[in-house]
Amino acid sequence: MKFVAVIRQVPDGESRLRIQGGRVDLSGATLILDQMDEYAVEEALRLKEKHGGEAIVVGFGPERTEEALRTALAMGMDRGVHVVHEGFADPVAVAEALAPVLKEEAPTLVLTGGQQADWDSQALGAALAEALGVPVVAWTTALELEGETARAKHDLDEGAEWVRVRLPAVFTTQQGLNEPRYPTLPGIMKAKKKEIRKVEAHLSPRVVLLSEEIQEKARLGKILDGKDPVAAVEELVRLLHEEAKVL
Amino acid sequence: MILVVLDHDGNRLKKASLEALTRARRLGEAFGERVAGVLLAEEKAPLEEARRYVETLYTAVLGPYTAERWAAGILEAAKGGAKAILAPSSRQSRAYLGRVAYALKAGLLEDTLDSWPEGGEVHATRYAYLNRVTQRVKAALPVVLTVKPNTTPLAEPLGGEAEVVPLAVPEVPTVEVLERLQEQRKGVSLTEADIVVTGGRGMGSAEAFRLVEELAALLGGAVGATRAVVDAGWRPYAEQVGQTGKTVQPSLYLALGVSGAVQHLAGMNKSKYIVAVNKDPEAPIFKHADYGIVGDVHQILPALIQAVKKLKD
Ligand SMILES: Cc1cc2nc3c(=O)[nH]c(=O)nc-3n(C[C@H](O)[C@H](O)[C@H](O)COP(=O)(O)OP(=O)(O)OC[C@H]3O[C@@H](n4cnc5c(N)ncnc54)[C@H](O)[C@@H]3O)c2cc1C
Repeated sequence: MKFVAVIRQVPDGESRLRIQGGRVDLSGATLILDQMDEYAVEEALRLKEKHGGEAIVVGFGPERTEEALRTALAMGMDRGVHVVHEGFADPVAVAEALAPVLKEEAPTLVLTGGQQADWDSQALGAALAEALGVPVVAWTTALELEGETARAKHDLDEGAEWVRVRLPAVFTTQQGLNEPRYPTLPGIMKAKKKEIRKVEAHLSPRVVLLSEEIQEKARLGKILDGKDPVAAVEELVRLLHEEAKVL
Repeated sequence: MILVVLDHDGNRLKKASLEALTRARRLGEAFGERVAGVLLAEEKAPLEEARRYVETLYTAVLGPYTAERWAAGILEAAKGGAKAILAPSSRQSRAYLGRVAYALKAGLLEDTLDSWPEGGEVHATRYAYLNRVTQRVKAALPVVLTVKPNTTPLAEPLGGEAEVVPLAVPEVPTVEVLERLQEQRKGVSLTEADIVVTGGRGMGSAEAFRLVEELAALLGGAVGATRAVVDAGWRPYAEQVGQTGKTVQPSLYLALGVSGAVQHLAGMNKSKYIVAVNKDPEAPIFKHADYGIVGDVHQILPALIQAVKKLKD
């Protein structure tokens, strides 16, 4: 069996973003393996531990993405494929670039994060599934293999459901699916020697990024002391009514 | 043709569908294309209501929702030559439209705040980087676009009744739905609400949410929850606000006993006014708040309910 996790490298949500020439400049940001993709890596590892086979991490992005691939390898993935591409790409284009690699690997199943922490796209899993001609289970919170099929629980906009799906299929991950492990020191040492195959991305972007700007709304920061709850609340309601005019 | 996916709850069109229609009509006028609707249903759809908003209405009853069935239905409707496909943004729409966009090799513009025709292409604004950055993007036709709820005026009915065109949707390989875990949601929908009252782990128990519900009802708003609360089983997942939950942008967002983790902020940091109640003056949420009270939510919340009642009288 072959389990593939598709990952990207993104800025840590806590890091400061800057804008340089109308684009987000990540030079000062801490870059990490997307936390949503971490669930995908962890799940691939668990499936391999339980059912045997191979766990492969496929990364999309610029040269630096190799760091995120190494993190996944240090967590325990067997080998990596890096589809190298500089700059922004829409989910259809990313899926197009990843499809040949995935078709060649012919995995039992493919996992990727439910949402990207940089481009805020939720569509990569679905686009990949379409590219491979297989079903997608979005926002998966439980997954079990049963022979040629998988049983999975996943979130809908309202509620959730259990589904059964014939494999191969694509699953996008959601918080709750698992607790990702930390890379161990021996894991990090081993990861250095693991193979990462580089592939040049072939894609035709359909969405052009024109500009980016940071819109941190300036907040009023009027914080009241609640030792006297009634007085504090009356002041709050007055402010919301008279100043903000939202009540 | 500009095709609009008319999302509904079985009885009524969602408000967000009327927003998508407004956006679609703008593109239709600019590109000289008629606006058609596609109404897909598990069993039941608000057919008569939908007919009043478009010139042509493609319909199909498809059984349990799956991304594949919905994508197949939309692709079938799009065969009429869709130059643009619009839908309200939801996580489900982003799943089936991800398939549709790939199948049509179309540009996919997700969760757009605004969109307009320009130079024969479609331009749009959207958030990125966990809602911290606003991007401006463009794509040539054909384009697939989702409309963030609460961003756009609602379309008015056209004053006629659309011709209904039943779709012959091919069977597609898909998942088999075994069991639907429905969540009973009361009141206004979270993404459309103008006021959201969110409780965090600081609420302490599922029972304490009775007061959160009371305040939300009093304000005509919706109840939200943090992931910590959902994981504890105090509230359903449909109420989760954040990176892996819903994104909301109400006029007023109340965060009660919420610490303000980045993943939570990602779902609400664009709210017009943010109010925080937390007993810890160092809680990160206060850095993102317009108004706040440092205090015990179990004392503040009942007092707040009383004060709002007094204001309403
Ligand atoms: C990939 C990923 C995705 C995630 N997605 C989401 C998401 O979508 N939504 C989300 O919410 N989280 C998400 N999280 C989790 C997030 O990191 C936080 O763990 C979560 O938001 C914390 O919830 P909380 O603020 O309710 O709880 P806590 O962080 O435990 O905070 C509770 C707060 O309540 C205060 N408090 C306690 N008692 C009282 C009292 N009596 N009166 C007043 N205040 C009190 C405390 O001071 C504290 O600040 C995600 C995490 C990851 C890794």
